[in-house]
Amino acid sequence: MNIHEYQAKQVFAKYGVPTPRGIIAETVDQAVANAEELGGSIWVVKAQIHAGGRGLGGGVKLAKSIDEVRELADEILGMTLVTHQTGPEGKLVNKVYIEEGADIQDELYFSVVLDRAAEMPIIMASTEGGMDIETVAENTPEKIIKIEIDPAIGFQGFHARELIFGLGITDKAEQKKLMKFAASIYKVYMDTDAEMIEINPLVKTGAGDFIALDGKMGFDNSALGRQKFIADMRDITEEDADEMEAAKYGLSYVALDGEIGCMVNGAGLAMGTMDTINYMGGTPANFLDVGGSANAETVAKGFEIILQNPNVKAIFVNIFGGIVRCDRLANGIIEATKITDVNVPVIVRLDGTNAPEAAEILKNANIANLIVGDDLGDGAAKAVAAAKGEK
Amino acid sequence: MSILVNKDTKVIVQGFTGKEGTFHAEQCIAYGTQIVGGVTPGKGGQTHLGQPVFNTVKDAVNATGATVSMVFVPPAFVGDAVMEAAEAGIELAVIITEGAPVRDMQMAKSHATKHGMMTIGPNCPGVITAEECKIGIMPGNIFKKGNVGLISKSGTLTYEGANQVCNEGFGITTAVGIGGDPIIGLSYIQLLQMFQDDPETEAIVMIGEIGGDLEIQAAAFIKENVTKPVVAFIAGQTAPPGKTMGHAGAIISGSSGTAQEKMEALEAVGVKVVVSPAEIGKAIKEVLS
Repeated sequence: MNIHEYQAKQVFAKYGVPTPRGIIAETVDQAVANAEELGGSIWVVKAQIHAGGRGLGGGVKLAKSIDEVRELADEILGMTLVTHQTGPEGKLVNKVYIEEGADIQDELYFSVVLDRAAEMPIIMASTEGGMDIETVAENTPEKIIKIEIDPAIGFQGFHARELIFGLGITDKAEQKKLMKFAASIYKVYMDTDAEMIEINPLVKTGAGDFIALDGKMGFDNSALGRQKFIADMRDITEEDADEMEAAKYGLSYVALDGEIGCMVNGAGLAMGTMDTINYMGGTPANFLDVGGSANAETVAKGFEIILQNPNVKAIFVNIFGGIVRCDRLANGIIEATKITDVNVPVIVRLDGTNAPEAAEILKNANIANLIVGDDLGDGAAKAVAAAKGEK
Repeated sequence: MSILVNKDTKVIVQGFTGKEGTFHAEQCIAYGTQIVGGVTPGKGGQTHLGQPVFNTVKDAVNATGATVSMVFVPPAFVGDAVMEAAEAGIELAVIITEGAPVRDMQMAKSHATKHGMMTIGPNCPGVITAEECKIGIMPGNIFKKGNVGLISKSGTLTYEGANQVCNEGFGITTAVGIGGDPIIGLSYIQLLQMFQDDPETEAIVMIGEIGGDLEIQAAAFIKENVTKPVVAFIAGQTAPPGKTMGHAGAIISGSSGTAQEKMEALEAVGVKVVVSPAEIGKAIKEVLS
């Protein structure tokens, strides 16, 4: 789960990480009132969506008067912001964050992520702040400092020294401030079960203070149960409606742009099924993992979600039953075709315990558009043929 | 021979009396696995499925001499359970539970390593030595005894792969589901080494997926250390980018974790890479004949 910049900054503030003052607004009037409350003579109007590249997309703008705040808030609220991370369809902006201007002397990059290979969190920092870190990694990888932190010992002085000397911070007072900043962000990362914290830019002000000018946080979904404060920040308007509907039934769904709907148990086999369809000359319309305990209700829901996609010309149900008995699943599928009106050919391949009995049940059901696949390859081939209108 | 577990392996179940623990322990016993007891805190002294229940792993190990634990405790307690097993002298913990927080697994794995305990999983189907010992949730009947070792990140692809190998007239020595979580226990490299050293294993099936770079590391390892034929499939050639991986996460290994680059890395070291899991059986037939 991800949260907005303004929410990440609320989390930072709880841990004493300096951020510019700011107030969130959902209307133009609120935005203006917020700017007046903040005072000063310069404000930043920032679109709040879960995607990077907002500045380049025109979602972050500087206002030098209250009138300008009004104009910019009016322009940004309700706009569809397209960035390199939103895809071409963009994202609707429902909220703007009004923030005081900052006295920027230097822009740095700072993040904490899980290093899967090291199996521990890693701090990444760079003097090349404000730029896309992937570009920095590609062009000047030597400008990125990486510091592994073993959670068993936590963030130690030597980690902090590696950071400040690596970034070329020489002033004693500045060193102290940056060390504190890094220690606090590491604490945020561990305490909140974060998966990723990215601060780009981390700004050094004219006064030698370090402040988080931006803030991006993603969390381990498996830990949300013990992170109520974080879980409550979920913004469902940022999430895919179909994926959420599927999740309610324990299904994992991702829409794709092909023609063959897929319903599979297990994420690996689900991807393998998409790959096989592709290999056989078809195009998968979705990824759908029905999980380990597929039954008539979940299968029916799966059909419903797949069929909401108008491009679907055939559905391939590929289930390796495992301990779940295939004859039960076959009855579930037949039941499901009665619950949901399935108007495209359905190719069913069931394997595992009691697979022959299951095939018998499906054949005897006499459902016109139900085709039995013998194995993964056969099922995929039949699905590709059916989607092309061949028998 | 086989790797990791066999008919003599003594196994306890953590989360023994729960619904999942009970169901799968029963299936394992029926397969022939020596389940010698289990742990459910507060239920020590009771008998469950004909076996003793203990309050702590230490008690269970002392009383039964078990060396392997099959972990079924709920996600929030997995880290705790694994660390307990490590300190009690368990040699291998097979973690089936799905949804354990990543932070807990970091701590647990690091603690396990410190105590010399191996782990498999979490979020995996477990490990099976065909016709001897099943520790996990896989359908035992599809694993016929043979000479192919199998390593897979995915549960159902483990079944798919093993089924095809057996349908082609071959069989399995040991199959290990390593799980697809960000932090996992035994991985390709350690298991490839074990299969390389196992005289009964003549070929290896390796099933991977997008994300991370374990498969790339495996390719480098195979080049230097594995002389037995390896067949590989990487799931997710058609998966959309950015859906499963965090933005900053992709940068660390300096590569993006696509199926394509993993397939190329494996192919480059002589692994037979198939583009569809439907081809695994045929590929094994090819490399073994």
